[in-house]
Amino acid sequence: MSNKKNWPLWEVFVRSKNGLEHRHFGSLHAADAEMALENARDVYTRRNEGVSIWVVESKHITASNPEHNGELFEPAQDKVYRHPTFYDLPDEVKHM
Amino acid sequence: MSEEQIKSTRAEETRSLEEQFEARIARDEKIEPKDWMPEKYRQTHIRQISQHAHSEIVGMLPEGNWITRAPSLRRKVALLAKVQDEAGHGLYLYSACETLGISRDELYEQLHSGKAKYSSIFNYPTVTWADMGAIGWLVDGAAIINQVPLCSTSFGPYARAMVRVCKEESFHQRQGYEIMLKLCNGAPEQKEMAQDALNRWWWPSLMMFGPTDAESTHTEQSMKWKLKRKTNDELRQQFIDQTVPQADILGLTIPDPDLKWNEERQSYDFGEIDWDEFWQVVKGHGPMNKARMKARVGAWERGEWVRDAAMAHAEKQQERKEKEAV
Repeated sequence: MSNKKNWPLWEVFVRSKNGLEHRHFGSLHAADAEMALENARDVYTRRNEGVSIWVVESKHITASNPEHNGELFEPAQDKVYRHPTFYDLPDEVKHM
Repeated sequence: MSEEQIKSTRAEETRSLEEQFEARIARDEKIEPKDWMPEKYRQTHIRQISQHAHSEIVGMLPEGNWITRAPSLRRKVALLAKVQDEAGHGLYLYSACETLGISRDELYEQLHSGKAKYSSIFNYPTVTWADMGAIGWLVDGAAIINQVPLCSTSFGPYARAMVRVCKEESFHQRQGYEIMLKLCNGAPEQKEMAQDALNRWWWPSLMMFGPTDAESTHTEQSMKWKLKRKTNDELRQQFIDQTVPQADILGLTIPDPDLKWNEERQSYDFGEIDWDEFWQVVKGHGPMNKARMKARVGAWERGEWVRDAAMAHAEKQQERKEKEAV
C-alpha cells in the first residue's frame, strides 16, 4: 500500500571539467541525497558531461521574483562609472 | 472606483501584460518559469511538453522487446544505450514540464488514465529485428526533424531540454540505418526482412508529423509561440525528400506507387496518407494501444513498493542522523 509520499525534487549542478564552475543541468526526483547523486549521474552525465556533481533539494533554493526585477536590478543601470569606458583617457595611453 | 471600473482596469492590465509578453517572444527573448505568462501559454506548454515526455517513456517499450533478442553484443549495447537515452529524454522533459507548476504525479496520472496522449507511432508492434533498424532510421529520423526547431522555442526549460535531446538523438538514427544496411547487404531473406519493416513503418512515420495543415488546429498559435517553426506538411515533405535517397542507397523500395520526383518543385510528390488509420490509432484503436498502457501501468504499479521502501529508508536515515546530532 502506498503512503503516497512522493520522492522530493532535487536540482542538479554539474562541473563539466576542472577549471569550470558547476552549472545548473536540470532536476530530478530521488528519495535522498545519495540516490539523487546516482540518478544525476545516469540522467545528466551518460556521455562524460561531468567530473563533479552537486545536488540540492529544490525546496532549499530561494529565488528572486522576476516581478521585482525593476527594484532589484535597475539601480545598476545608471552606474556607468563602474565601467572602464566611462573614463576619458588620451589615445597615447596604451594598455590601460 | 466602482466594481465595473475595477474590472475593466484589470482586464486592460491583463491585455497589456499579454501584449508585452507576445512582444518579448517576437524579439526572441526566452520565457522562464517564474515569468508572468498567459494561462493558455502555460496550459499549451504543459500539454505539449508532457505529451513529448510520455512519448519518450512509452517509446522505450517497442524497443525493449528486442534488447534480450539482439543478434550480437554490438547491437545489444547500442539498443540498450538508446533505450536508456529515451528514459533520460523523458526525464529531462518531465522536469521542464514540472517548472510550469504541475507535479510529476499528476503527469503520470494523466498518462496512465489515458487522459494524456503520446506519439501514435508507438502503438505499432515490433515483430522482427529489422523493426529496430526501421525505427531508428525512420521514427528517430522523423523525431529529429520535429525536434530540431524546438531547440529555439520560446520556453527556456523546454528549449534547453531539446538541445540536449537533439545532441543525443543522432546516434539513434545512425544505429538504425546501420542495422538496415547490414540486413540489405546480407542474405535475400534478410533484405526481405528489411523491406518488410520499411513497408510497415513508412506510412506511420509520415503520420508522425500530424494532420495536414488544413486540418491542424493549433498551428497559428504554436507558430507565434515558436512551438512550431514550420508547418506539419513542410516538415513531412522535408522528411520524405531526405529519406528517399537513403532508401535508394539501401536498395529498398518505398511502399508508395505515387512517389515521384517533381522536377519543378525540386521535391517528391507522394500518395494519399490513410488518415482514417491515423485517427483510429490516436483514439486508442491501434494494434498496441492497450498492450503499451498495460505494460506501462503494470511497471509503475509493480515498482510502488520499491519507491515506498526507498522513501521509508530515507526518512529513517534522516531520523537517525537527527537523533545522533542531539
